[in-house]
Amino acid sequence: MAFSVHFIMDENTAKVTLEGELDAASAPSFRREIEKAAQQQPGRLVLFLQGLEFMASAGLRVLIFAKQKMGADVEVYAVAPQPGIRETLEKTGFEKSVIIVDNYAD
Amino acid sequence: MVTRIDVYPTHRFGNYWLRMGHPFPFGTTFLAGGINFSVFSKAANYCVLVLYERGSQVPLVEIPFRGLFEKVDSGEVVWGEFRIGNVFCMTVFDLPYEQIEYGFRMDGHYPRVSRGQPGIHRFNPEQVLLDPYAKGIGGRDIWGIPPNWEDAFPHRGRIVRDDFDWEGDRPLEIPLEDLVIYEMHVRSFTQDPTSGCKYPGTFAGIREKIPYLKELGVNCVELMPIFEFDEFENSRQHPQTGELLMNYWGYSTVGFFAPKAGYAFTGQFGDGTQVADELKTLIKDLHSNGIEVILDVVFNHTAEGNEHGPTISYRGIDNQTYYMLTPEGYYFNFSGCGNTLNCNNPVVRNMVLDCLRYWAAEYHIDGFRFDLAAILSRDPWGFPLPNPPLLETLAFDPILGKCKLIAEAWDAGGLYQVGNFAAYGRWAEWNGKYRDTMRKFLKGEPGILGEVAQRLQGSPDLYGGRGTGASINFITCHDGFTLMDLVSYNHKHNQANGEDNRDGSDDNYSWNCGWEGETDDLEIKALRSRQIKNALAILLVSQGVPMLLMGDEMGRTQQGNNNTYCHDNHLNWLDWTLIQKNADIYRFARCCIAFRRAHPALRLPYHPHQEISWHGTQAWNADWNGRVIAFMVDGRQVSPIPDNIIYVALNMYWETLPFELPRLPPNYQWFVFANTGAEICEEVWDPGQEPVLSDQATFLLRGRSVAILVGR
Repeated sequence: MAFSVHFIMDENTAKVTLEGELDAASAPSFRREIEKAAQQQPGRLVLFLQGLEFMASAGLRVLIFAKQKMGADVEVYAVAPQPGIRETLEKTGFEKSVIIVDNYAD
Repeated sequence: MVTRIDVYPTHRFGNYWLRMGHPFPFGTTFLAGGINFSVFSKAANYCVLVLYERGSQVPLVEIPFRGLFEKVDSGEVVWGEFRIGNVFCMTVFDLPYEQIEYGFRMDGHYPRVSRGQPGIHRFNPEQVLLDPYAKGIGGRDIWGIPPNWEDAFPHRGRIVRDDFDWEGDRPLEIPLEDLVIYEMHVRSFTQDPTSGCKYPGTFAGIREKIPYLKELGVNCVELMPIFEFDEFENSRQHPQTGELLMNYWGYSTVGFFAPKAGYAFTGQFGDGTQVADELKTLIKDLHSNGIEVILDVVFNHTAEGNEHGPTISYRGIDNQTYYMLTPEGYYFNFSGCGNTLNCNNPVVRNMVLDCLRYWAAEYHIDGFRFDLAAILSRDPWGFPLPNPPLLETLAFDPILGKCKLIAEAWDAGGLYQVGNFAAYGRWAEWNGKYRDTMRKFLKGEPGILGEVAQRLQGSPDLYGGRGTGASINFITCHDGFTLMDLVSYNHKHNQANGEDNRDGSDDNYSWNCGWEGETDDLEIKALRSRQIKNALAILLVSQGVPMLLMGDEMGRTQQGNNNTYCHDNHLNWLDWTLIQKNADIYRFARCCIAFRRAHPALRLPYHPHQEISWHGTQAWNADWNGRVIAFMVDGRQVSPIPDNIIYVALNMYWETLPFELPRLPPNYQWFVFANTGAEICEEVWDPGQEPVLSDQATFLLRGRSVAILVGR
């Protein structure tokens, strides 16, 4: 499935919705959205991952990029990752730097 | 930011955009917009880059390094040669690198050599070859899945990103003499269901068990080979049982730069970068828990075997460079595995150096243990060199400057260099003499106390001037009996290996305590348990660097098999219920490790001199002829933190004996840390919690027992 990424700013929270397959080819567009989000200097980044079917190592690196770009005090939420994505986050130690939640309501 | 002017394609081949590549570094490198491919061959005049979509049997494209290309600026078709010296190098633009697998075809002006025949070069342009510098290798992505035997290109190069979020991690640089090494096999550690791991048998599985390693108290894990190997190499069925026997241990390297994909839970995703990430995450977390990582590396041979073996990479690229050959083109076999890597050829030497630098720099590896390292001191014709260039190069390399370098200082060709391995002030050795001496001592062999004393002091007879860190002390390792089997079997029982019990060493210096193998006899079981604790105690109070074999801390058995290289089953898998079953052994091991780490006097960087004194059943009067010895290490002068006085009595005689204790300075008292001859509840204490000894003058020590006292 083709990759899509949407970003909105909701008060102080940057909300990014990812769908499809995040690999080396699609990672740059995700990265551009993250850069846009970072410019707004949000206090929190929420990634809606429900529709994300696959994340390759290049996609994971954008998450790390996001963490680095936004700063350590910005909380990053990963909302409803599918099991495969959740395992990828766990095995690469990323579960320590993002907060994985099943649903997100503010 | 500097914008380079050499990052645009100059040539076109079909739909692929190219330019002359960079010869350095070898392998694949990410450049702006493209992937650089670089491969050495002195003998080839023909080289083609073969790209596949992941898993496909049919190449996506074959791009020659020398051939006709269309020039991007003029559109004219020209002859191009992407080669500098003996290195074929080309940059290919816009590759979907995560989906790509790659290899090379090569040819040269040499006669065809068919499989089974000797030959100086073995070019075959029909064969696609693995890049010796491939950082990721596909084809065995999930452990134990039977491979496609028809695949003409079974081990495929993958393109791996080196970037990783290390979060400030760096190698720990713990002084060698302060290490307690735990030798383990990645899969065996957590594959058994009793491990309770979510990701059993993988790097991620080890990560789940870091709390266990911390509790045990080891501060270094030595991983048996993790470079890509083929568990199906020479796989066969047991002639009687039909069981699948494989290349389980992995002492047969396919690629030196790639972690074994089948050891990563993420291997199934077919993405070399994720495999690398999983391993790096493990290393980062081990480091943050104070645990170093040493890799067991096998540079003495490769998985290509002899002239009957498969062509995977090296022999199809430059046979004469990579291997030691007879004048007729047969493979020298100093490794016992069919071929011998030509490590003192300058090109191969550089490959070894590049490899170790890569693992040290990109994976933050703390040290390396070199399998059959004596081979590395042989010249290209097999003769031992007085000043082996590879060993010297590694010893003086800047990037490896703080890495531990540990030699298994012997080889299968009969070269035994324990104590005289070319050290250059850097190399440590697996002390095979420590193992043999202590095994003999444990089983009660008389008349070897002089040698026992040397081993207890870090073997100054072997490593005088090199310090205690030169001696890696071990009583058991993956190769041979486990500690439980050492006290349960007089002879090896290797029938399960399907070689009629011919394989494996016959020199085990083991003693079964009265019955061969498993028994319900409580007395024998108790004696075995005591002998295990004696061994652990001796190992952990010896000067030098102790190495424990995975599972010995909980009484793991291989059922008398001393060569379990081929078993993917309970013979190798760690049964975690043993922690409860042998709770006393586990507690004893844990406390002895903690005791060692609490007492710098046991970890002197230099061989003890005035700190150590020798005793027998009479204080200050050792009898060097029997089976009984005691020693005292006076830690009061140890800098920078003064330690206690430690007294160790070793009674390998079968009767109880009274040991007259050396008198302590005023206001000091003897406390009992361990007494393997006592009841289980009084055998060992947490360091600092030791009870005071009721009789300060004499210690009555049971036969075949060890006592460790602390004076403070």
